[in-house]
Amino acid sequence: MRELHVDTIKTTVKELFLEANYVIGKDIYRKLAQCQEEEESPIGRSILGQIIENDDIAARERVAICQDTGLAILFIELGQDVHIVGGDFNEAINQGVREAYKEGYLRKSAVNDPLFDRINTKDNTPAIIHLSIVPGEKVKILVTPKGFGSENMSATKMLKPADGVQGVRDFVAATAINAGPNPCPPIIVGVGIGGTLEKAAQIAKFATLRQVGQPNPDSRYAKLEEEILTAINKSGVGPGGLGGTTTALAVHIEYFPTHIAGLPVAVNICCHAARHAEKVL
Amino acid sequence: MGIIHIQAPVVSDELDSLRAGDIVAISGYIYTGRDAAHKRLIECLESGKKLPVDFKGQFIYHVGPAPAKPGHASGSAGPTTSYRMDPYTPALLDQGLKAMIGKGFRSQAVIESMKKHKAVFFGATGGAAALIARSITKVEVVAYEDLGTEAIHKLYVVDFPAIVIIDSLGNNLYESEPPKYKKP
Ligand code: SF4
Repeated sequence: MRELHVDTIKTTVKELFLEANYVIGKDIYRKLAQCQEEEESPIGRSILGQIIENDDIAARERVAICQDTGLAILFIELGQDVHIVGGDFNEAINQGVREAYKEGYLRKSAVNDPLFDRINTKDNTPAIIHLSIVPGEKVKILVTPKGFGSENMSATKMLKPADGVQGVRDFVAATAINAGPNPCPPIIVGVGIGGTLEKAAQIAKFATLRQVGQPNPDSRYAKLEEEILTAINKSGVGPGGLGGTTTALAVHIEYFPTHIAGLPVAVNICCHAARHAEKVL
Repeated sequence: MGIIHIQAPVVSDELDSLRAGDIVAISGYIYTGRDAAHKRLIECLESGKKLPVDFKGQFIYHVGPAPAKPGHASGSAGPTTSYRMDPYTPALLDQGLKAMIGKGFRSQAVIESMKKHKAVFFGATGGAAALIARSITKVEVVAYEDLGTEAIHKLYVVDFPAIVIIDSLGNNLYESEPPKYKKP
């Protein structure tokens, strides 16, 4: 049994949120540059140019890529042979978030009650924590600050099994295309197929975090990703929704076994500021 | 494409000749406002009180900036999605508001009200927040300080980069441009 102190977790969470908010992933940066070369619209090319310049400034000056530094979301794989010591695990995570958002000049965007009070919690907590227990004695922490311009354009639908591949393709493409300029295109489209209502949504979020350009290992799903990406990019929505051939940078599908009667599909839209960082402890 | 320099606020019809697709650089001062501030402004109007800011000829930027690092005038400050302000916007246009800066679709009711008041909707690039912050030289809170990032700030800007999305005639770039790149 390995012991891990909560302070290490707190510090790691803090560092990861700072890193994610300041530095865009190399995969996304490269893809943006490639799309800028291929983009047909002059306005689209200039918007992609602004986005690339923005990402350069943010990394160099260590300031937020986007002012919406999001809600704090974590996917944690906790080794079953790890014993967390020194305090409360969840509180350590929230403390890491608090310190990152305060000391890193990141915007606090969380409100305490969604419907009645809507008072800012002033430290961007609580974090949303997805925890899974895995074999071994390591802890993998993956963080993603998620902005709501794109989160608000996400959707779930309980399709019928008979709707099949066509039903999935149409629903995903329509969700991405109808969002138009709202989610700050070019977007990354995370798709969760199967499971239950909440499982589909959770894996859709996880799908947005995959390296851009890495297809699903199952060739049938990889082909569907390609087809949906092509359909979205033929829509003309373009960078910033101002027309063009770059509407989405990638479509990532994750799937999970489901019920004989169901075909849940969740679409989680992420903007070009697709920020995430991870570390294994 | 040339860049059109615009001074904010405006005194009369300076924005009438702008057309959807024009690239502009805005200098002067603009106010920020997003969900919570808009809600309060409208509640203020409904209760018959005086608004904390006179919006005649003014620009509102839909934004909630990140905190500024020491040595920076403003934290990252890109546009937020403007449709959330749609229910409140016509009442502010009635007060003389001349321009909005934001991103995303606007409702038909907003566009009609913009045409009536000859107002303009400028788009700034969503997510280009660190780049945009460079054009902000000074930030003051002018109302609703308790709202934090959602308070109404007065931003002094120099060459703030934007594009005309909806002009005072109602021409809309979100409708005219994408079909040109639509593929079968
Ligand atoms: S959708 Fe993304 S890029 Fe656009 S404002 Fe929100 S966080 Fe920023």
